[in-house]
Amino acid sequence: MSYIAKPKVHHPSLRKNALGLTRRDYEGAITTLCAGCGHDSVTAAIVQAFWDLDIEPYKVAKLSGIGCSSKTPAYFLREAHGFNSVHGRMPAIATGAGAANRDLILIGISGDGDSLSIGLGQLCHAIRRNVNLLYVLENNGVYGLTKGQFSASADHGSTSKKGEINGMNAIDSALLAISLGATFVARSFSGDKAQLVPLLKAGLAHKGLAFIDVISPCVTFNDHEGSTKGYAYTREHQIELVQADYVPEHSEITTDYEPGSVKNVLLHDGSTLRLRKVAEEYDPTDRDRAYALIRERQRLGEVATGLLYISPDAPDMIEQSEAIAEPVYNQPFENLCPGSAELEKLQLRFR
Amino acid sequence: MSNQVNEFAFKIATPNGTGSASANSLIMQTIFRMGIPVTGKNLFPSNIQGLPTWYEIRVNKDGYTARTPIFDMMVAMNSATYEKDIQEVRSGGWLVYDSTWPLDERLRRHDINFIGVPLAEMCASAFRGVRERILMKNIAYAGALAALLGMDTDIIRALTKEKYSKKQSLLESNDRAIDLGFNYVKDNYACPLPIQLETMDATKDCILIDGNTSASLGCVFAGATVGAWYPITPSTSMMEGFKGFCQKYRRDPETKKNRYVILQAEDELAAIGMVIGASWAGARAFTPTSGPGISLMNEFLGLAYYAEVPAVIFDVQRTGPSTGMPTRTQQGDLMLCAYASHGDTKHICLYPSDPREAFEFAVAAFDLAERFQSPVMVLTDLDIGMNDWMIPKLTWDDSYRPDRGKVLSAAELDDLKSFSRYLDVDADGIPYRSLPGVHPKGAYFTRGSGHNKFGGYTEDGDEYQEVLDRIARKIQSAALAVPAPIVHRRAGAKLGLVTVGGCHAACKEALDLMAADGTPIDYMRVRGFPFGDEVRDFLESHETNYIVEQNRDGQLRSLLTLETGVPKSKTESILYYAGFPMSAHHVISGVQKTARRAS
Repeated sequence: MSYIAKPKVHHPSLRKNALGLTRRDYEGAITTLCAGCGHDSVTAAIVQAFWDLDIEPYKVAKLSGIGCSSKTPAYFLREAHGFNSVHGRMPAIATGAGAANRDLILIGISGDGDSLSIGLGQLCHAIRRNVNLLYVLENNGVYGLTKGQFSASADHGSTSKKGEINGMNAIDSALLAISLGATFVARSFSGDKAQLVPLLKAGLAHKGLAFIDVISPCVTFNDHEGSTKGYAYTREHQIELVQADYVPEHSEITTDYEPGSVKNVLLHDGSTLRLRKVAEEYDPTDRDRAYALIRERQRLGEVATGLLYISPDAPDMIEQSEAIAEPVYNQPFENLCPGSAELEKLQLRFR
Repeated sequence: MSNQVNEFAFKIATPNGTGSASANSLIMQTIFRMGIPVTGKNLFPSNIQGLPTWYEIRVNKDGYTARTPIFDMMVAMNSATYEKDIQEVRSGGWLVYDSTWPLDERLRRHDINFIGVPLAEMCASAFRGVRERILMKNIAYAGALAALLGMDTDIIRALTKEKYSKKQSLLESNDRAIDLGFNYVKDNYACPLPIQLETMDATKDCILIDGNTSASLGCVFAGATVGAWYPITPSTSMMEGFKGFCQKYRRDPETKKNRYVILQAEDELAAIGMVIGASWAGARAFTPTSGPGISLMNEFLGLAYYAEVPAVIFDVQRTGPSTGMPTRTQQGDLMLCAYASHGDTKHICLYPSDPREAFEFAVAAFDLAERFQSPVMVLTDLDIGMNDWMIPKLTWDDSYRPDRGKVLSAAELDDLKSFSRYLDVDADGIPYRSLPGVHPKGAYFTRGSGHNKFGGYTEDGDEYQEVLDRIARKIQSAALAVPAPIVHRRAGAKLGLVTVGGCHAACKEALDLMAADGTPIDYMRVRGFPFGDEVRDFLESHETNYIVEQNRDGQLRSLLTLETGVPKSKTESILYYAGFPMSAHHVISGVQKTARRAS
């Protein structure tokens, strides 16, 4: 067998969450990505977020497309169903799964090739539908598995490992998402767990599609001088617009920020997203200003991070479809089939 | 010349988008309610307004429903096609035209009868507004035909009353227009013509329905809860049908909420992805499409085949290749559907021949998809999907329960020591499946990449091959579960004839005619793929088997010879692929041509 099962050894002193589970219970198989890959840090943050939220792993469905990022669902939540689908088509699988079973907690992992090239259309339409899905785009600006071609998020003027200069403009996924009417848009950095974990938790609590673009350097093909998605570059140019803190429903909100600089956003499940504005005049519920500010920072060569935009009350796909409160997939057959008497009656229409 | 009672055909030529559909269905329904077997074929353009459209109605007391190439009468309402339409009337037949304008004498034929009715003139004085005048001109020709063919006027009145019961002004307009046409013809011509209708009792247990409607009804009855689609002619009305029936039958009586979800996808790639996602999560899910959609779905179909996820796909075939002729019929996707996607694949296919089987096979498709954990394709075509067919009433067995296949419940998973997704536990090639969100022990990783029988990723050749070979066994075993071929042997027959889908109507009529003429031929209609032994046995039992189908390359013939091992030399193709439904004469002339070649 050529896949590696991770031994489930628990140290007795490991901390347990409300379900009595340790973080180990939220892990998966051992990663087969390169040592130092940003994606593995994202995986660790995901493990942390699910553990923190006391989510039962089996209630989650973790979905992906094709590429390095899409391998990562194997590396977390071993007790959750996983679906490694086809290139760029994770959103369709998520949409169908969410339509069938609205109670599933959906997390989709994708990359910049998967989401911004082959799957750009699917990403756009999943956003438009507001599928109840945490969509994590692990963004490294490069095709890793095929050895170093530019992706659609590679910045204009950045160079490949072989020294080629990218002459095309990058697709900025956060701007794209905001322009499409996404209801939750965030950007973070794989090396910034303190920022990423609360964002992931807020994304899970958000009703609708929570889009998080995570700059996740490719140590093998895109961590050199001339790269704008490497560790050094990102650390240097990352500007946090908003510090997000996720507060579960049962916790009391204590204010330890300056009044006026803190914004509390109530999420649909009763939890609260507490945002501290780092940049003045930033309001993540003002779509037009959010767009403008990201652009402004971009012109300065900065990468704006944090929760960039949120609209917590928009109806998600299932609400728009006016489906019943229960999942449709296991409705009793009696509730679905009209039966022979109805068929007889109906056919008067066809005479 | 003697009268042709309940045995004739006529054709109505109109420009597209002028509202002739309601007049044509009024004529069809009246004949049907007179108890006379009738079929209608709508030959329409890929256009919203202006291009020519024809509606063919065949009346046949013996119940033959195939298209006929011989028209006793033409109702020529489209000046753009006048010249051609006049040529299509058989010698001695009738041409009904709008005599508001004088007939171009150069177009006059002396071997047919011209019946002029000043439809535009009458409607201009009777109705106000351009729109109503155009619409009522159609209803007026229906009135004229009522007199010429001897339709039961009480039935016409009853039909308009049913249709416009809530719109009194429309009812009055319709009735007035019918009278205009009816009275003018009665006053000016000898009615009825030798082609005439006489009340029978042959449609009592039948309905008039198109296959898209009946297939969508099948999806409702089968318990489908998720439908994903991208609009494409000629499949579009299937999802519209599903939606309509769901609004009627699938609303929670208390909350008024829906017990279904319909997803209009951004393209067919997404539509099939949604179906696979929904089926993977445990719903009965389907997508209706046509050939171009199947082309796009290929990659995902391979995933569903290899990862063993159920999916139900309806391919309402139209002419290919490429965009082809979107509003014309064909059976051009037989090979594509059988082996869709790269790598070694083979898919379960069902081939209904009419709207009744479209209903029944829709239900069967969900059972087969879940039982075999694989995509199931239901192949109809534009003719079955969009034309009104006279079929025996649909029936439903209330004891039916869906076959959800080997899906482990939470309790079953709890009792298991361990669960492996692709283990052949029962030695029937079909593994056990678990649904997400049900139980921690059910978790596995669904993937289109190489996997072993435990569900783990593998690049080990033996492990990979073991799974792939089991899937081949599994799909082959479906040959016994798909609808069996219909075989009809005739005494003294030396030849065989094989067909598929909607060609049945033409073949049945042709075989009856040839048998009456002293050439009995055995008949087999395949209804499912993979083929079982019965299909091979039939082919082997005849020196020559005619394979009748609607495509250029003889795709059914290729499938039959590939899959049964019967040599191609035992088969002869009879093909018709011009885009219209097949007629008996296509079959007969095909048989005669090969017979001449042989002698």
